[in-house]
Parts: sequence; C-alpha cells; structure tokens
Amino acid sequence: MLTSDLKIISANVRKDIIKMLESAGSGHPGGSLSSVELVVSLYFKHMKFNPKDANDPDRDYFVLSKGHVCPVLYAALAQLECFNADELHTLRRVGSRLQGHPAKDKELPGIEVSTGSLGYGLSIGAGIAAGMKQAKKSNKVYVLMGDGEQQEGSVWEAAMAAAHFKLDNLCAIVDNNGLQIDGATKDIMNVESLADKYRSFGWSVIEIDGHNLEKIDKAYTQFKAEKGKPTAIIAKTVKGKGVSYMENLDEWHGKIPSKELAKKALEEIDTSLN
Amino acid sequence: MVEVFGNKATRFGFGEGLVELGKENTKIFALGADTTTSVAINDFKEMFPDRFLNVGIAETNLLGMAAGLAVAGFIPFVSTYGVFASGRPWEQIRTTICYSNLNVKIGGSHSGLMVGPDGATHQALEDIAIMRCLPRMKVVVPCDLIETKKAVISSAYSDGPVYIRYGRENTPIFTRDATPFVIGKANVLRDGNDVTIMACGTMVYESLMAAEILEKKGIKTKVVNIHTIKPIDEETIIATAKECGAIVTVEEHQLYGGFGSAIAEVLVKNFPVPVEMVGVKDKFGESGKAIDLMAKYELKDVNIADAALKVLKRK
Repeated sequence: MLTSDLKIISANVRKDIIKMLESAGSGHPGGSLSSVELVVSLYFKHMKFNPKDANDPDRDYFVLSKGHVCPVLYAALAQLECFNADELHTLRRVGSRLQGHPAKDKELPGIEVSTGSLGYGLSIGAGIAAGMKQAKKSNKVYVLMGDGEQQEGSVWEAAMAAAHFKLDNLCAIVDNNGLQIDGATKDIMNVESLADKYRSFGWSVIEIDGHNLEKIDKAYTQFKAEKGKPTAIIAKTVKGKGVSYMENLDEWHGKIPSKELAKKALEEIDTSLN
Repeated sequence: MVEVFGNKATRFGFGEGLVELGKENTKIFALGADTTTSVAINDFKEMFPDRFLNVGIAETNLLGMAAGLAVAGFIPFVSTYGVFASGRPWEQIRTTICYSNLNVKIGGSHSGLMVGPDGATHQALEDIAIMRCLPRMKVVVPCDLIETKKAVISSAYSDGPVYIRYGRENTPIFTRDATPFVIGKANVLRDGNDVTIMACGTMVYESLMAAEILEKKGIKTKVVNIHTIKPIDEETIIATAKECGAIVTVEEHQLYGGFGSAIAEVLVKNFPVPVEMVGVKDKFGESGKAIDLMAKYELKDVNIADAALKVLKRK
C-alpha cells in the first residue's frame, strides 16, 4: 500500500477517534492520536491479518498493552471492516463489545487479549512469541506500549526474558509521546534513555519519528529481517497529534472535546490532507 | 483405622500428572520461576525441554508469558511457591488471565504452615481466598499425592483458569487410583450422621483421624473431602447439612475468606446449621517443624475433634 493511501487512512482513523470519544463522553484522545500512524502502518501494510477471519491461525498478533488508547485500534479494525463502523458509537456503553479498555471476552474480532492495566502486554507478547517459536510457526507478534508505561517493573521482567529466549519474532513499539496523566514523563519518573535501556537488555533498537509513515515502514521491515533478538521501535510522537489544541498537552490524556472543539478537530484533520 | 498407602508430598503428584499430560497432549506447556526442582516440575523439563520455560525469579512475567502461550493455543501450567504464584502476580491473574478467560493452570506449591522452617514469608495461607474471589477461576485443593495427580490431569481438560494448591512436606497417601475425582464434586470418605467434618487438602487426613477419636466417644462422624472450593459442590454440602445438622470445616489457611467461609456461604443461603471452623486465626505463621506448627496453630486431629464436640453442643 502506498504511503499516500496510509496517510488518508490515518486521517480517517483520527476522525473516527474524535467522533467516537465525543459520542462516548469519556476516554483517552491524546495517546490514541499519537499512536495512529504506528497502528495504521501495521494493520494496513505489515501485519498478516485477515479481517474476515480475525482468528486465522496464520495471523500476526497485536497486543495493545496501553489499552486505554483502544479507540485507535477499534477505528483501525472498523476501517478494515472487521465489524460494522456503526458499532464505534457504542464505545463505553452498557452491553458494548467496545469496552473502555480492550476486552477479549466481549469477542470483538481482532481483540487478542484483555489489556488496560499497564505493564502487562510485553509479557503476553513474549508468551505468544515463545509459543510460535515452539510450534515452528512464522507468525510475528507486535506489542504497543506507552512511554509512561515503561515505569512498570513488569515491562523489564518481560524485556529480559524476550532477549534471553531470543524472541526475534517479537516487536515492542513504544509510543514515546513524553506525557503521562500527571505531566511530562521526564518530570514524573524519567524513563530515558529508552533506547539505551532496551539495547542493554539485549534488544535490537530502532529510533524513529512515530508519525513519519516511511520511517515506520522501514522500521517494521527491519524488524521482520532481524535474527536472534527482539526488536524495540522507540517512536517519538506527539500526544494529541493532528489536533492543534491537543498537541503536547497532558491535560488531553483523558479529556473529551466539546461539540464545537470536536468539529474543529475534524476540520483540521480534513485540511491536513489537502 | 485410616488406611495409608505411603507417605509422599503432593508436589510429586503435580509433577507426575504434568509428565503424563505432556505425553498425551503436545499443547501442554510448563513454566517455572527458578524453583522448578522444589516444585517438582523438572521431570517435565527433562522430557519435553522445548515445551518448558524457566523465566527466572520473575513471577509477573511467569503469569504474563503463560497468558501469551494460552493466547497462542497452548495449555500452560505454571508452578512456584503458592505465595509467589498467587500473590505477586494476582493482578495478571485477574486482569489478563481470568478477564480474558485464558486456559492457564496455576500450581501453588508449598502451601500452608507445613512449609515449616522457612517461616511466614513462604507459607501460603491466603491463596484460597484471593483466588476464589476471581470470576472464572476454579480452585482445587487435593488431599494427597494421588488426588493431586488427578487434579492436574483433570484441570487440563477443564476450560479456563484453574488454581491447584499443593504442598511440599510428605503427607499420607490414603486415596487410591480408583477413588473418584471430578472437579466440582465432593467425595464422602467416611459415613456418619451425628456431625460432618468438611475438609480440603492436608486437613482431610487429619479429619479422618479426628473421626476415629470421635468414634471412641460414640460419635458417628461423616468426613467429606471438598477438594474443589470453586465451583463448590452445593448439593453435597446442603444434603449433608440436612442429614447431620452440624458441621466442622477444616483448612490449612486463614479463616477469613477461605474454605470455611466458602462452606458457610452455601449454608447460610440454603440450610443454616451450626458451624465451627478450624483454620489459621488471622495470624501469620512462623518458623518451626511442620508437626510443631500444626500443633501450635491448633490444626491437629485433636483440635478438629474438639471443634466437633463444640458444634454438637450447638445442634
């Protein structure tokens, strides 16, 4: 798929994120918007994934460790027609398959495992990757985490194990938007240098601009060729990317725009395509 | 007399069951956390090295990777000391495994006071409580080596998460291969109609001994092995309450939230009868020989018999 097409899909995903959050009245716009290109490139270009059969045994696996940004995943899955896009508007409502954090037991196609308590996804991904190795299967495993999430100790238990077990079929993606609920990650509890940390744990590390679709493409391609060690893609991103009044502001971690501001956001996203 | 066929720790039943499963099912995976020899999963490792992972001293990753293996279609068994298998990774068990309804089996070894000299840090006395409160989790506490082996094998074919609690110390083997075992179905091991002792795990044997003491006083005691604490066998518990009218519950675990509480929940809702509970009374354990600790914490046959006499007065 062409970069120009991925750019259009990214804009549509962004618009869906804004619409579904506005409709839900709660949720997490900032981190959803910062992850858009990373998720779109995966689902529309790199991952082996059959929208008509989300449980295809030959699929690649995606674990959304930063589960609170599930609107980006729901929007991408809807764009792929895994389910009807109308269902996006049930987000966070009673009886919905689109829970506030991804829920496996609601059986929404494409949700591999329940996530939302931070720091768990990398272990889950390592387990899937170890299983694929044992079964001598070539499926890849992608885990998307946040930078604030790197403060969880369990991430590093998993990082140690993934390198030890040589899980070169595992790719950790850090959406490094630099902000968490209480403020800047560097002020709350500094996690940098993430690249040095992963490298010293025995990982192959790729640092990119997490909104540059060409750089993202190269990084995923490099991961797929890696032998003997897991790959960490540290993607520098902008929290709230694409909506000017949200960009780089921690207050938009879990705040919903008013009707007028949502309209403005949708217009800005449309304009960005021209 | 209670017939005894040997004296061996239930952990070896866990290990034997796992090996048997490994032979019959290539989806069986085992994971340990540095304690693989002491929790007796090393035979599995020797026989099926490509289906075994030792994650080191990292219990949150132990449960997390097991969850991933279940997502990938395997039936992972993890095992380490009960405190570390159930306590530290509790939220992984809750949010990743139970909420996703993943097919992960958790072995909590070294349960109860009988761990002995290592003291309170290593004596799992709260695991039944913190596991049975989780939606979808099944909790099985087998009474001897043979039953532990059956519990392991049955758990592999019982869909969803299962916690199996077992121990390190040698304990009497008093069930046979032919003794029935179905997850969720209690076994009446001795009949009587004056009082019923309901027990799980190591306390089943002590309860059978207590029934002998009571027999000498002319009291006919029923002893029920309730190896599955969740889902609990309500039918047997209610029928027994109707027949005997007085119940003693016995567990090597804290009284708050544990096995006795689970029995009481069934009784108060359906057929309330007087209950006495034998267990650890809101205290931490301590170092000492297993036999000395069981006496000090009043978990011996004589203590169970005393509780039976007490509950009979309330009948």
